[in-house]
Amino acid sequence: MHIPDGYLSPATCGAMYVVSAPFWYVAVQRVRKVLTHRTVPAMALFSAFIFILMMFNVPLPGGTTGHAVGGTLVAIVLGPWAAVLSISVVLAIQAVLFGDGGLTSLGANCFNMAVVLPVVGYFIYRVISGNSDVNSTRRLVGAIVGSYLGIIAASLVTGLELGIQPLLFHTADGTPLYAPYGLNVAIPAMTIGHLVIAGPVEAIVTGLVFFYLQKSHSALLSREASQKSEGKLWFVWAGALVVLAFATPLGLLASDTAWGEWGAVELKKALGYIPQGMTALSNLWHAPLPDYSVQGMGDVVGYIISALVGIAVIGFLLWLLGRWISRKNEIKKNRSSMGGSAG
Amino acid sequence: MTGGGFLARNIAGFTQALESVVVTEDLCHAPGLMQGLDPRIKVVTLMLFIILVGLAQDFTLLIAIFILALLLVLLSKIPIALYLKRLLIFIPIFTAVIAIPALFITPGTPLLSIAGKAVITAQGAHTAGLLIMRVVDSLSLGLLLVFTTPWTKLLQALRWLRLPSLVVDILGMTYRYIYLLLHTANSMFLARQSRTIGGFSGTENRRWLGRALVTTMVKSQYLSEEVYLAMLSRGYQGEIHTLNELTLRRRDFIWMAFALAAISLMVWSIYL
Repeated sequence: MHIPDGYLSPATCGAMYVVSAPFWYVAVQRVRKVLTHRTVPAMALFSAFIFILMMFNVPLPGGTTGHAVGGTLVAIVLGPWAAVLSISVVLAIQAVLFGDGGLTSLGANCFNMAVVLPVVGYFIYRVISGNSDVNSTRRLVGAIVGSYLGIIAASLVTGLELGIQPLLFHTADGTPLYAPYGLNVAIPAMTIGHLVIAGPVEAIVTGLVFFYLQKSHSALLSREASQKSEGKLWFVWAGALVVLAFATPLGLLASDTAWGEWGAVELKKALGYIPQGMTALSNLWHAPLPDYSVQGMGDVVGYIISALVGIAVIGFLLWLLGRWISRKNEIKKNRSSMGGSAG
Repeated sequence: MTGGGFLARNIAGFTQALESVVVTEDLCHAPGLMQGLDPRIKVVTLMLFIILVGLAQDFTLLIAIFILALLLVLLSKIPIALYLKRLLIFIPIFTAVIAIPALFITPGTPLLSIAGKAVITAQGAHTAGLLIMRVVDSLSLGLLLVFTTPWTKLLQALRWLRLPSLVVDILGMTYRYIYLLLHTANSMFLARQSRTIGGFSGTENRRWLGRALVTTMVKSQYLSEEVYLAMLSRGYQGEIHTLNELTLRRRDFIWMAFALAAISLMVWSIYL
């Protein structure tokens, strides 16, 4: 998922640095507040650990192997802000020392893997685990599902960044200047690979580590750093998601042409270029909320509303899943305690 | 799936990473052109060149930058074989995955047809070529920076560029402890391998991997506490101070003048 230099236009790279900057700023402030003077050694050692974790070659069922990112795991152990900071540090070192990911695209890579991945993963983990016990199966399921969806979300954002390149940056005859594939190719190419290989690797590694942490080091899972923000967490992340939902159409606005013009002129050019993909995609976007396929500003509003509805639906489904697991656990517990008293 | 293969693959990965870090550190102290320059000037000029590569839209400019980078590699006494190795590890993978399909998929005027069916378009060739040249150029410039600047000097330059000292300190210490944890993980895998006859199933390997990761994590946590105490005992109060001050010399000004002239010329060629 590390985007190298040359794939994204300088404008996109700059924009992604700007998008990541507030997350870095808040992360530094938050971490410093919790850890005070301990910040430097604690973050450094944990970042070094993440670096090693990313190097581990994980055998997958079926014979292939892969590498994990571990973003959700870090967010669970250290809290989401510390995860943003430490994964960014690792990505910077990987880019500089190993050429893994570019220097200009570092902002984009950090947003995908150090912001979207741990934030989405951690949010889902919290929603599923609710107020359950640290050692419960419900938490383990939360960690596994969270890490899987976290990396899928990150790959989706990566695909989006790569996919808008040929739409926005091409020569007069339609030759793409940067990453050559449109959204119709870039998004499936990124997400399918992650659904099938990288996602399972991430889920397996997170699940295994979480399981052993529960067994032998459960103190690490209930530390103050992540506990402290628990009360406000719902509001913080719900707020962040709403802001992100509102920012979705803005992201398209910010790149060179205005939204309306982009729809009319650029789309025509693009239609000559990838006709099926564009129509398929626009159908995909408008189908759930057909009333909002009005022209101009209506699109923007529709965009925001569909984003909010989507978030609400996913949130509700995850909450149901969490409830269901805890119900099952309770029944199991009741049964075993009844069995114990009977015996 | 054999357990030996899985362990060996991991050990090879760790060793390779350690080796590449050591080789890079050694190169940074070789007497070459770029090594003698002030890290601040180097970071700024090379970053400008990389941004320029992003802006460039024709082959001549990208090839010119590549020749310049190659020249600097030679003048900085970086072994050309090592430089090409680093460059080419990356290129084939990405060429296959990204550039080759683009030759055929990009619609446009046909340039060449293979077996009557697959048609390479002019636009496709242009796109694939641009992408390859851009990645080669950016990577060359990046390698030039890494191969000629020790990590500590690089961090000094970043500090000068107003990156918060907290972040710079974390970056510095992380780099230091990556070494140590790589060694730790390597020993763990070696110990496992030395006790393994035959192999294990995939499930067993994954379980062991999970335990190994937890052990490494817990070790790093203990270590961070010890490191913090060691820092406290040496008077740490939240601020890391370094002794060596950076000073600009004549060659820095000469390089800066040359780089800025070249960059302005190239920018001028893009927009005119």
